[in-house]
Amino acid sequence: MSKPGLTLDNAREAIAGADGLEALEALRIALLGKQGLLTAELKALGGLSPEQRKLRGEAVNRLKSELTELLAARRDTLEQSVLAQRLATERIDVTLPGRRGDIGGIHPLTRALDRIIDIFARFGYDVAEGPEIEDDWHNFEALNFPPDHPARAMHDTFYFGDGRLLRTHTSPVQIRAMNGRKPPIRLIAPGKVYRSDSDQTHSPMFHQVEGLVVGEGITLADLKGTLSAFLRGFFERDFEMMFKPTYFPFVEPGADVVIRWQLPDGSSRWLEVLGAGMVHPRVLENCGIDPERYSGFAFGMGVERLAMLRYGVTDLRAFFENDVRFLRQFN
Amino acid sequence: MKFSENWLREWVDPGVDRETLCRRLDMIGLEVESVAELGAGLDHVVVAQIVSAERHPEADRLQVCQVDTGHGSVQIVCGAPNARAGLKAPLAQIGAALPNGMAIKAARLRGVESQGMLCSARELGLDQDATGLMELPDDAPVGTPLARYLALPDASIELGLTPNRADCLGLRGVAYDVAASFGRQVAMPAIEPVAAAHDSQRGVRLDAPAQCPRYCGRVVSGIDARARTPVWMAERLRRGGIRPISIAVDITAYVMLELGQPMHAFDQARLQGDIHVRAARAGEKITLLDGREVEVDEGFLVVADDGGAVALAGIMGGLDSRVTDDTVDVFLESAHFVPSAITGRARRLGMHTDASHRFERGVDPELPRLAIERATALLTAIAGGQPGPVVEAVSASHLPNRAPVALRRARIGRLLGVEVADADVERVLSTLGMSVAADGDGWLVTPPSWRFDIAIEEDLIEEVARIHGYDRIPTRAPAGELAPALPGEGRLADSRLRSTLAARGWLEALTFAFVDGTLLDRWLLSGPRVELANPLSAELAVMRPSLLPGLVQALAYNRARQQDRVRLFELGRSFHQKTDNFSGEIDQLALVMAGPADAEQWGAARRPADFHDLKGDLEALIALGGDGRRWQFEPAADVPWLHPGRSARVLRDGVVVGFAGALHPAVQKALDLGSDPVHVAEIELDALRQARVPAATGLSRFPQVRRDIAVLVSDAVAYSALQGAVREAVGELLEDLVVFDEYRGKGLPDGLKSIAMGLILRNPSRTLTDEDADQAVASAVQALNKAFQAELRG
Repeated sequence: MSKPGLTLDNAREAIAGADGLEALEALRIALLGKQGLLTAELKALGGLSPEQRKLRGEAVNRLKSELTELLAARRDTLEQSVLAQRLATERIDVTLPGRRGDIGGIHPLTRALDRIIDIFARFGYDVAEGPEIEDDWHNFEALNFPPDHPARAMHDTFYFGDGRLLRTHTSPVQIRAMNGRKPPIRLIAPGKVYRSDSDQTHSPMFHQVEGLVVGEGITLADLKGTLSAFLRGFFERDFEMMFKPTYFPFVEPGADVVIRWQLPDGSSRWLEVLGAGMVHPRVLENCGIDPERYSGFAFGMGVERLAMLRYGVTDLRAFFENDVRFLRQFN
Repeated sequence: MKFSENWLREWVDPGVDRETLCRRLDMIGLEVESVAELGAGLDHVVVAQIVSAERHPEADRLQVCQVDTGHGSVQIVCGAPNARAGLKAPLAQIGAALPNGMAIKAARLRGVESQGMLCSARELGLDQDATGLMELPDDAPVGTPLARYLALPDASIELGLTPNRADCLGLRGVAYDVAASFGRQVAMPAIEPVAAAHDSQRGVRLDAPAQCPRYCGRVVSGIDARARTPVWMAERLRRGGIRPISIAVDITAYVMLELGQPMHAFDQARLQGDIHVRAARAGEKITLLDGREVEVDEGFLVVADDGGAVALAGIMGGLDSRVTDDTVDVFLESAHFVPSAITGRARRLGMHTDASHRFERGVDPELPRLAIERATALLTAIAGGQPGPVVEAVSASHLPNRAPVALRRARIGRLLGVEVADADVERVLSTLGMSVAADGDGWLVTPPSWRFDIAIEEDLIEEVARIHGYDRIPTRAPAGELAPALPGEGRLADSRLRSTLAARGWLEALTFAFVDGTLLDRWLLSGPRVELANPLSAELAVMRPSLLPGLVQALAYNRARQQDRVRLFELGRSFHQKTDNFSGEIDQLALVMAGPADAEQWGAARRPADFHDLKGDLEALIALGGDGRRWQFEPAADVPWLHPGRSARVLRDGVVVGFAGALHPAVQKALDLGSDPVHVAEIELDALRQARVPAATGLSRFPQVRRDIAVLVSDAVAYSALQGAVREAVGELLEDLVVFDEYRGKGLPDGLKSIAMGLILRNPSRTLTDEDADQAVASAVQALNKAFQAELRG
């Protein structure tokens, strides 16, 4: 295709003046296409003498290279300006929220439980479970609570008509675990427990994590070391800690663990966070473990209490109200 | 147990201040629940006597009193109803700053000058009693500073005792612990037998010796029952949390606080014949001291005379035989009732008394005689009277056996992880009142009669640890060989299910495991129920057979708080009838979804969430297990609480493991949940927890071919059936099958729907030809036609 007025002499100006990609392409065809001016020049070389052909040929080929480069350079320039124009119009509002920006959450008690389980897993503990509806043997008798023992009064128990009951603590899992395995035993048993008590600071259903370690040469010093490491790890801070003598029928000696808890206002107070002790020899015997050879420690903690301290929850009832405004704070 | 600090210091002086003492009590296992400091702010408060009291000229309720301060007379305007001439009462003089913050200044009350204030016990911070002026005994010395007169300052210390430490329900027990802890000796007041002055006595028969193996009785005749309780005793009772009543009753209470032995005083004249301690008779009635008439059965123990029960043994005395102001002769009871005879009895009657509290936990069986001598001495000293002989009935074979307990030296270290010097072991145990004899590798230790919590070696080791100090036991991380069970990859952790749901916008909830039976009725959940015998309330009476009713209640709770889009899930147990091979408990995952499909946003049209939104999330969970083909969703038209056309049974390996769908409109109405659809699902967790360990296959180098078909088929045919037919017909070449359209309605005949599917075909070992693909599609269409009369659409 020819272009009116286009000659090989003014081709450079024409390329520089091409104002669009289409015009540039038309120019390229008019110069370098099958019918293009330069192509015609190359074809015409065939009619010349060898000397002329050589001379002329070099000149035409030089021109071809030059024009090809000019065309490519012009194309780049034009493409860049087209891109710049396009980019100038393509605008979104990146401050608008993302699609399906829906936030779910894990319950704070689960979150605390997972953390407790994770820490003890790193200490080498297994996780064990047991039924929530228990019998008297596992919940009380095997744990050295004889019938009519006043220690039973500390557990306000929910009963079923057939004498079974809702477990009042996770300690029955100790019995089930020891019946099923041989020392060394190192396990925790997280789960729901139930007591017939409901007010601002008591929920009829709550969560505990039981711990049990049985082996040769396990001492109260091991118990202290384990629980110190756990509590400081769980809260990721250091605090004063006290082990105080107390009584649970299934341990001897027994201990309450209290920590000195720093309040936001700078004051502090002693808080009971764990109950523990050395497994009572009668409990070991009840599970077929020889207390002369083995000793062990057990501990139990209330997950609600730990979660309240860890996450700053001030009302126990919030855990079971399931208000989504509360739950959404725990992603 | 509440007691006066000063009284304790009489028994044993630890030589430290109050704070150190209380801290130490805590550290040895006697938890200090409260410390009420008494006697602060009593400067310028003196014992005074009202000389005259006359009506205030301007106010009916006020009196103008002339009061003797011991250093002259002052005029006081007083509003207390018991202000009267002759009364001795505390006077706060000008300059006093009372514990309640009141500063005493000269004042004019309705025009009459008042030079101070006559005070109630409450105004002085000594007691809760604010009914009138604190009445002081007639012999109170006028002019004496009140604090000195009342032996103040003092503190009322309250211990929260564990049930094994019943010995500390008397001051004596606390004193032994304090003595051991501070390395002191107990200075017990001398209690000498009081010789009988006459022969008057009453026979005692132990008809139930296993329940009451010891009973001491004693007649004290000719007492002055109106004698005033001396102020020192009244104050100790008050600081022990007991209100003084009358001298005979106060003395029994005092001995109980001091030694731990509950006692009772009868009016001798109201008893007939011998005392019998026996099991109650069925239907036997007794009117108690507090005026209540109770009916008891054979499970109760009573103290009876010829006329019937005169006291509920170990709980409370009877009204008819009580000591009154007119009593002349008293019969003192000091007995040992075994814990199992008393435990729970008071509670059954809705009662709890100081006596039952102690007997339930155990009282020193050797104490009755000591206590009755102590009470006799106090009674005759204060109220006069002549004691008869102590009549003691004992059944020695039923008394607890005090066996020595062997303590091995090596065992202490093995249990505590610290060595304790022999001398320390011996000192600790002997100052606790135990007799300690060296024996082989350790000791033979006999606990005192008041320590029945000491039965085995570990009990002794605890005593050593407790007094030695838990803080002196080192801290050591446990060492040793352990082989924890490692987690299997074939079981999915619940945390992955939770995280997946949370990532898809679900919030985890936790609801109570017990629900209201009528709620289950509204859910049409029939079938046997696991019911509590003693629920807190009807709302929390039945163990949930499903998590959904409770979770939907949580939905309603949130809807009532302007939350229209709610997605809640819960992991927990459902409860069913237990059988021999079924525990009756199933771990479940429950979900409830209501409101728009998406949180409100600018980028997508608002539409209500539907079944397939829920199913998509369930499939995401199923996918975690890596074995989706083992799962099916089948129409469930017959679940009463689910919408018959919009619900599915969820199966794994052909076994039903759950349900998903829209709540039945009728159930939704019964639950008052409005008309916008609510979708729920409940799936057994054990099914979701099954996971396949991935087994990778090689990737085909050959390209895939996609062919789309649309078929017209009856509305009643489920997609899963079409899918099955296509899979079977095409066989190995079918790599995947996607459904990209479902259409019914305009343009289609009634009862038919159009389903558009994409067949992703690939031959693993060669490039698929057009002919291969055409043939595969043809066989699919043919199979669909044959099985479902499906027609290929234009």
